[in-house]
Amino acid sequence: MNLNYLIAILASGVVAGTPILYASLGEVITERAGILNLGVEGMMLVGAVSAFYVGTFSQNKWLGLLVAIVAGGLMALIHAVITIAFRANQVASGLALTIFGTGLSAYLGRTLVGIPPTSTFKTVPLPGLSQIPIIGKILFNQDLMVYLSVILVIVLWFVFYKTKAGLLLRAAGENPSAVDALGHNIFLVRYAAVIGGGMFAGAGGAYLSLAYSPSWVENMSAGRGWIAVALVIFAVWDPARALLGAWLFGVIASLGLHLQALGVMIPSYFLQMLPYIFTFIVLVITTRETKTRRSGTPAALGIPYSREER
Amino acid sequence: MKRKLLGSWEIKKTNTSSGLKKVVISVTSIILGLIFAGLFVLLTGKNPLELYTEIVQSSVGSIYGLSETIVEMIPLALCSLGVSLAFRMQLWNIGAEGQFYMGAFGATYFALFFSGLPKLVLLPLMLLAGLICGGLWALIPALPKAFWNVNETISSLLLNYVAYLWIAYLVYGPWKDPKGNNFPLTKPFSDNGTIPVFGNTRISYALFLMFIIAVILFFILKHSKWGYEIRVSGSSRKAADYAGMSYIKNVLLVMFLSGSISGIAGMAEVSGVLHRLQQTISPGYGYTAILIALLARLNPISILLVSFLMGGLLVGGYSLQTSGFPSSMVSMFQGSILFFVLAGEMFNNYRLVRKKA
Repeated sequence: MNLNYLIAILASGVVAGTPILYASLGEVITERAGILNLGVEGMMLVGAVSAFYVGTFSQNKWLGLLVAIVAGGLMALIHAVITIAFRANQVASGLALTIFGTGLSAYLGRTLVGIPPTSTFKTVPLPGLSQIPIIGKILFNQDLMVYLSVILVIVLWFVFYKTKAGLLLRAAGENPSAVDALGHNIFLVRYAAVIGGGMFAGAGGAYLSLAYSPSWVENMSAGRGWIAVALVIFAVWDPARALLGAWLFGVIASLGLHLQALGVMIPSYFLQMLPYIFTFIVLVITTRETKTRRSGTPAALGIPYSREER
Repeated sequence: MKRKLLGSWEIKKTNTSSGLKKVVISVTSIILGLIFAGLFVLLTGKNPLELYTEIVQSSVGSIYGLSETIVEMIPLALCSLGVSLAFRMQLWNIGAEGQFYMGAFGATYFALFFSGLPKLVLLPLMLLAGLICGGLWALIPALPKAFWNVNETISSLLLNYVAYLWIAYLVYGPWKDPKGNNFPLTKPFSDNGTIPVFGNTRISYALFLMFIIAVILFFILKHSKWGYEIRVSGSSRKAADYAGMSYIKNVLLVMFLSGSISGIAGMAEVSGVLHRLQQTISPGYGYTAILIALLARLNPISILLVSFLMGGLLVGGYSLQTSGFPSSMVSMFQGSILFFVLAGEMFNNYRLVRKKA
């Protein structure tokens, strides 16, 4: 394998990892506030279909992205109401959201199958930076949503660890009654985090239908939402590590595709299994690590907050 | 335990809930769920009532529709019985879809390569193979859960995709029927490898299997010591350890049994309905099964009832396809119903009462 080939694999790995990065960042925000949302797959699908719908008919990819973000947020709002106001089981509600989103996106997208896109995110080489040997081709010869995702990682990292809002968010997931006792509105924090998380998942979906493979196909997320949820554990609820995990995943996925193209004698079905098996193994290893370090998981994750049971 | 709300009314926590109240809340939730999903249909300029009428007519409006509903009910109920067992122990096995596929794989192996065996030997062998393959597939996420507490929700789900691709490999590759015009399916099973059907319907004798397993589970859960043990282990590991119950052993056993019931469902589908293995053996039975288990509150007998309803919804979905709608849109109705059922749970545990002046 020559160097150019390796660069191509890494560069397409970044692309393959980007939808998962958006979704993972969203789930990091949600879980940091103490709410588990397993509806990522459904929110991504609704994001993907609405982005493609609006992007294609308005011929404006940015409008498509915006609508996907709003749609993801609205989907998350359902989960927020059920788990925060009605204190229902978060696992069950998240599953319901995924099932609902799968059906809703299939319904909304029924007339979009086979339609060519009119406005998509294309590669925009960054002047100067893209000329750097190797790194330039991998990182700075991408589309705008890739750059945006990296900026968002930095912004989120700053907000999480350097601002009062970030402290409040983390506290909501660690010790909600303390937040409440200090006079902050714990419910507001959690609603905001869940809806914000959904917006990121919606953006991840938009990346699929406007950049990664510009089109609408039923169930096009193909489990990426679940992989994103698994990567949050790998990321130890840290935005920077989420980026690492998503890109690593992307490289594994693109490695499979490239081996296929190279005519490696492994049936393509086994190569397509790689990302799921890889995520499974990563999940097992990182869970063991998190346990030995005794850090990471927000203490109040998955537990409904109720004042009377304080 | 009081909380102020709405002036002279207040919400009180109650730990009891009458049977009638539960039924009223469930029915209300289902109606609200259909209204909510209907709004999305309405927003896109279609009449949801027309869709709902179509679904009801095609599923229970004729003898044929009714029999097709029962054909769909069998895999749904079996998978749902499987996941409900795991849910009892708070194990979120959402890998029924993959366990179903692996059960179909195991059964197909014997149907294809031991097709000459007499029916009374071959069918039990296929059943056993389906059961074991489904069970072992569920053990893969169960082992890390039991020993290192690795989240079984995500891991069991990831394996669904692996199982699906494994079947794809088989039916597009080594097991493809050479006379099948290049379609992704195996050659048809010999007569010895197929479960008989009732009259001229497509309902196979696996219907009995479904009832038997439901009844066995009902008695295990309600009347056996082990049924009590898994409920306790599910609600508190500490309590289970204290009472000398082996948590690890129970996680492994429950997950194996849970997967094996879905594996049986996969066997019943290829042997009783399709008579061959193909890529599309399930329209998402394993996912709908989760919803059924939750709607039925994990009660094996209620699971049969809810599976019948969801089977009808699936049949309705197929008929919507002829009017230009994707059949998978029925999951929109399913998800929406589940939202309201989950939210409605709170009204089971809380009561609105007038404040005493």
